[in-house]
Amino acid sequence: MTVASIHRGLFSLLALTATMSMAEAKTDIIVGMQLEPPHLDPTSAAAGAIDSVLYANVFEGLTRFAADGSILPGLAQSWDISADGLTYTFKLHPGVKFHDGTDMTAEDVKFSLDRARAADSQNAQKALFAGIADVAVVDPTTVKVTLSAPNGALPFNLAWGDAVIVAPESIEGIKQNPIGTGAFKFDAWVQGDKIDLVKNAAYWGTPAKLDKVTFKFISDPTAAFASVMAEDVHVFAGFPAPENLAQFAADPRFQVLVGSTEGETILAMNNKQPPFDNLKVRQAVSHAIDRQAIIDGAMFGYGTPIGTHFAPHNPDYLDLTAQSAFDPAKAKALLAEAGFADGFTTTLKLPPPSYARRGGEIIAAQLREVGIQTEITNLEWAQWLEEVFKGKNFGLTIVSHTEPADINIYAREDYYFQYGTPAFKALMADLNNATDPAKRSDILKAAQKMIADDAVNAYLFQLAALSVANAKVQGLWVNAPTQATDLTAVSWAE
Amino acid sequence: MLRYILKRSLSLLVSLLIASVVIFAAVEVVPGDPASYMLGMNAQPDTLAALRDELGLNGSLIQRYLGWVGGMLQGDFGVSYTYRTPVAGMVADRLAVSLPLAIYALALSTAIAFPAGIWAAARRGRLGDTMVMGATQLGVAVPNFWFAMLMVLVFAIGLRWFPAGGFAGWDKGLWAGLHSLTLPAIALALPQAAILTRVMRSALIDALSEDYIRTARAKGLTRGQALRRHALRNALIPVLTIIGMQFSFLLAGAIIIENVFYLPGLGRLIFQAISARDLIVVESVVMILVFGVIVVNFAVDLAYAAVDPRLRARE
Repeated sequence: MTVASIHRGLFSLLALTATMSMAEAKTDIIVGMQLEPPHLDPTSAAAGAIDSVLYANVFEGLTRFAADGSILPGLAQSWDISADGLTYTFKLHPGVKFHDGTDMTAEDVKFSLDRARAADSQNAQKALFAGIADVAVVDPTTVKVTLSAPNGALPFNLAWGDAVIVAPESIEGIKQNPIGTGAFKFDAWVQGDKIDLVKNAAYWGTPAKLDKVTFKFISDPTAAFASVMAEDVHVFAGFPAPENLAQFAADPRFQVLVGSTEGETILAMNNKQPPFDNLKVRQAVSHAIDRQAIIDGAMFGYGTPIGTHFAPHNPDYLDLTAQSAFDPAKAKALLAEAGFADGFTTTLKLPPPSYARRGGEIIAAQLREVGIQTEITNLEWAQWLEEVFKGKNFGLTIVSHTEPADINIYAREDYYFQYGTPAFKALMADLNNATDPAKRSDILKAAQKMIADDAVNAYLFQLAALSVANAKVQGLWVNAPTQATDLTAVSWAE
Repeated sequence: MLRYILKRSLSLLVSLLIASVVIFAAVEVVPGDPASYMLGMNAQPDTLAALRDELGLNGSLIQRYLGWVGGMLQGDFGVSYTYRTPVAGMVADRLAVSLPLAIYALALSTAIAFPAGIWAAARRGRLGDTMVMGATQLGVAVPNFWFAMLMVLVFAIGLRWFPAGGFAGWDKGLWAGLHSLTLPAIALALPQAAILTRVMRSALIDALSEDYIRTARAKGLTRGQALRRHALRNALIPVLTIIGMQFSFLLAGAIIIENVFYLPGLGRLIFQAISARDLIVVESVVMILVFGVIVVNFAVDLAYAAVDPRLRARE
């Protein structure tokens, strides 16, 4: 056999396998993402990567986020709210089974919620469950949740990945072997490399269209680019190099999905540390910032300017960007009024994401124009949490707040930017007590206006959800209302 | 020979003890709390306290050091804070990638360096020598991650001969595993091969000017025969030293290449563990690497003795 004939043989073999796979639509998919989950229990860690793999795919809650951010019924098919707003009675779907074959009943719901709000709970979002006074099993498909005060946001809170329903019999091994109720079952995890999910044939709802899903973890942006280009991965969720997206968009093999996330990216100011305890100084910083220049320079044009801590795609959003429009002259005037005609020097501490590192350089230059000098320090996340978040040792920092509808963090006095005025706390208390949608909307708008008026932080832009996928993949989420890669409706076009 | 081995073993133990103290101290002084890293920005203080308690982060430094060393002496490297699996198992999984990669790269590098070095030394000062030396200059100067990206562009994205990265897994067969390690191994091997070629050549040239070569030539051996039978063996000591050092480097120093090719190797594990403040993983993995490096050096010492009878006789 000559070399040429071997080549020919190999070639026809390749052609054969190619035609074989062409014959029927693909039913497996490889999804790339940057961060690997530390473990697989969404109810005991903050890591968004856990939800990115498991939310809606493997684990489900009583309610769930839809692709547009609205709240849909999940394991609960319906719920009734008592007239005083204190009791929620959830009616569960009958016949739901966990992946290990055991039944999902009201007992499991009680276990999950009680575990999340227990004294020794390790739930990273324990505050979501703070208002729950009691969880009672009425019958196997009915659960009664009693609140200590009315909370109109309960169905929203229960949609979070931190509120998914887990079973007492599988909780021991959940970090390595997650057992949920979703349309996909966990199959295998090669740490540092990939996680495999397979279709759950016994799923209670609409079955998944794919048979097999592989999540591959590729942290380096250059490697991410190469993996998509070489078609080693079919989808890259949360593509880390926006500078390359134009190249994918121009290539017919790929589609680029640009949506929005719940990530309000802000230039946070230490409201209790001089000179940022002065409203005029904070206003000056807000006017010194050219949002579009930051979006163009740091995010290659992807992102929506915001004027307050609220997602622009939310129906209750108020566009307040004009209130802090880019106006260096006004910024200088405000600084002079505040007694800093010659400017001042402060710290600008930057966590690792590129929005912070790239954005930080641009913001430093913009602040310099109005006389504010910044000393930039690059920090790792662990250092940032220790120094900035916990230690409150900073003047300015840039961070994206990725939790959905998290304006209530402004009610926390000890939160790192140290706002928490009595007026804002009163607003949030009103919000919790309100169940009427129109009233809730009014309160949320008032809250947005209050923090913009107080220029608590400089509001930069809403982080875009950027994904690249093979042109034939359909059914992917474009927006990211929560950190999730919901693949239950994804399939390959013929 | 026995005394030689005993002496070497003793110094091995002392090195390990010192390394454990240095590693533990260095890792523990780094700011950042593993519990707050894991629970993020919305964590309640009581939740953090509960997690810190479970991870055993509340004990004193001395207690934790003794617990760590005591565990290692019994073969227990602790349980990762973030992954919540035993560190020993994680290291074993990662070594299944890193060790073959290091051996593959080292094999490539010696396979290139030996013939190239010998060939250049035999043609000292002539055109072939100049060409080999020029190529090695380039090999030493080119950063391996850049070369890696270039190979990905050509062989993965352009020609589609290899995957752009990732590791197929040994369960898919030897060929699939080697196939996915080929580009990273070449990227790692080329700079090492360039260094090794230069060492090989200069060691041979030194040996060729020794009196015993003149004697060998005088008794009628050709230049090539003298080189192969006498000079080569004597030139091996510096070459072995470099190979030992290169192996240690390839095992622990492939972090960047592992990132470029997203391989689940040891380097990437350490990198992730440092940013997550998974202190126990950092400490134990670095300790295992130190152990590996010391053992490789020990093996190189023994290899000297095998190559050079004088080292055996001296003790």
